[in-house]
Amino acid sequence: MTPQLKLQGVVVQFGQHRALHQIDISVHAGERVAFVGANGSGKSTLLRAIHGVLPVTSGHIHWHGQVQQAMVFQRPYMLRTSVRNFVALALWLQGNNWSTSKEKAFNALHQVNLQDLADRNAKTLSGGQQQRLAFARALAVHPQCMLLDEPTSSLDPHAKREVERIMQDWIADNATTLLFSSHNLGQVKRLATRVVYLESGRILADLPTEQFFHQPLEHSHPEAHLFLRGERV
Amino acid sequence: MNALVVPRYDIQELLLFEELPLLPMSSLIDSLFAALELITQQDPMLWTVVARSLWVSLWATAISSVFGICFGAWLAVSRFDGRAVLLTLLNTLLALPSVVVGLVVYLLLSRSGPLGHLGWLFSLKAMVLAQSVLVFPVVAALTRQCVEDADRLHGEQLQSLGAGSGLRSWLLVWDERYVFLTIVITAFGRAISEVGAVMVVGGNIEGFTRVMTTAIALETSKGDLPLALALGLVLLAVVLVLNIGVAAVKSWCLRMDGAASNTLQKVWV
Repeated sequence: MTPQLKLQGVVVQFGQHRALHQIDISVHAGERVAFVGANGSGKSTLLRAIHGVLPVTSGHIHWHGQVQQAMVFQRPYMLRTSVRNFVALALWLQGNNWSTSKEKAFNALHQVNLQDLADRNAKTLSGGQQQRLAFARALAVHPQCMLLDEPTSSLDPHAKREVERIMQDWIADNATTLLFSSHNLGQVKRLATRVVYLESGRILADLPTEQFFHQPLEHSHPEAHLFLRGERV
Repeated sequence: MNALVVPRYDIQELLLFEELPLLPMSSLIDSLFAALELITQQDPMLWTVVARSLWVSLWATAISSVFGICFGAWLAVSRFDGRAVLLTLLNTLLALPSVVVGLVVYLLLSRSGPLGHLGWLFSLKAMVLAQSVLVFPVVAALTRQCVEDADRLHGEQLQSLGAGSGLRSWLLVWDERYVFLTIVITAFGRAISEVGAVMVVGGNIEGFTRVMTTAIALETSKGDLPLALALGLVLLAVVLVLNIGVAAVKSWCLRMDGAASNTLQKVWV
């Protein structure tokens, strides 16, 4: 089966600092892949490179066919406009006319339970509401692949639960690909089918979730083992 | 070879023989009263000069803002060979002396110049052109910095939505619009306070191209310091009133943003 996404020898370098070293990875349609690792391990850089907002220094990122992607960032940027228009903008940029975009935007806001705030200014929302709005914007374009960069790391426990509930609902209803980075290992266990462990821009483990969390890794993947024990930061 | 003869002057002698205008403290108070008198008596000469100054500087600010914001926003998101040189040049132009601008515009508009056929020299149009040239680098450089900073922080997220560099720069300009009010006010301040460029291309013709700054320069040279100071106070008052107006508009918009965005929504539609 042809993978939906294939990375071959991807290198990303910022000046003298090499953020990603020769990354090779394949992802099949419908897989839910979690990227874990300490801060600075290259998780966000990898997601941004896959999404195409960060140019790679060398290597290839190959998507099989036209794959509609959407990305939710750790701290979503809110434009100084209404919540509904904020979502509609993403749809308008996809080629919809403005009135259709606004209609579809309202439906997407329903999915994240923000319909009552449709006319509020997006900048005035709380952190949790802003993250839900970012999800609404991503869901509105019906992505075949969703990329999430630590989507709940800057939220309080209540907002975290709400955002995770949206993610789980979306996973249950859609057999789409999910690529996400997280420091929350409980969340990784709940959402991912596969875990990729990164350290200093290199992939040091790439295992099914069950195996990553429940099988001894001290000999096969010692770095990942130390990370799980909290001894690798 | 003739020896170079350098005349020797003693500053004390000069002070004795020349009737240099001195300004005691009482003159400051006098000029304040003169300014108030000019304002309260609604002196037509004063208000004509004020209106002419505002007309020239507002047009110059409007023209340079349109071009400066477009150019600055484009420069912020564009990447091309020689960009660094262009940025250095633009930042250098921030220190452009106004008389140099006046001279260049004068040469362009003089009868033998490339724009001589327009017949604008010693007219208000020439003054608007000179001030626009003077103020353009201020608007462009500040816009470039503002949009580039915003793009560094948020550009990826807009790119992620599918916005190309052109749309991205406009979305960022739109989103940072309150900062642009400050940039425009800075540009207006630079325009209305300059004297060199409008003096050279306008000629300071009474009743035609005399504006507040050139009038102040003239009255100072004539020794009528109270009148010059009075005009200066009026100039400051005009700028103060405009700044208060812009601050009020900005604060009202921010309040509206906080409460609801219905007004801004209409702008989107």
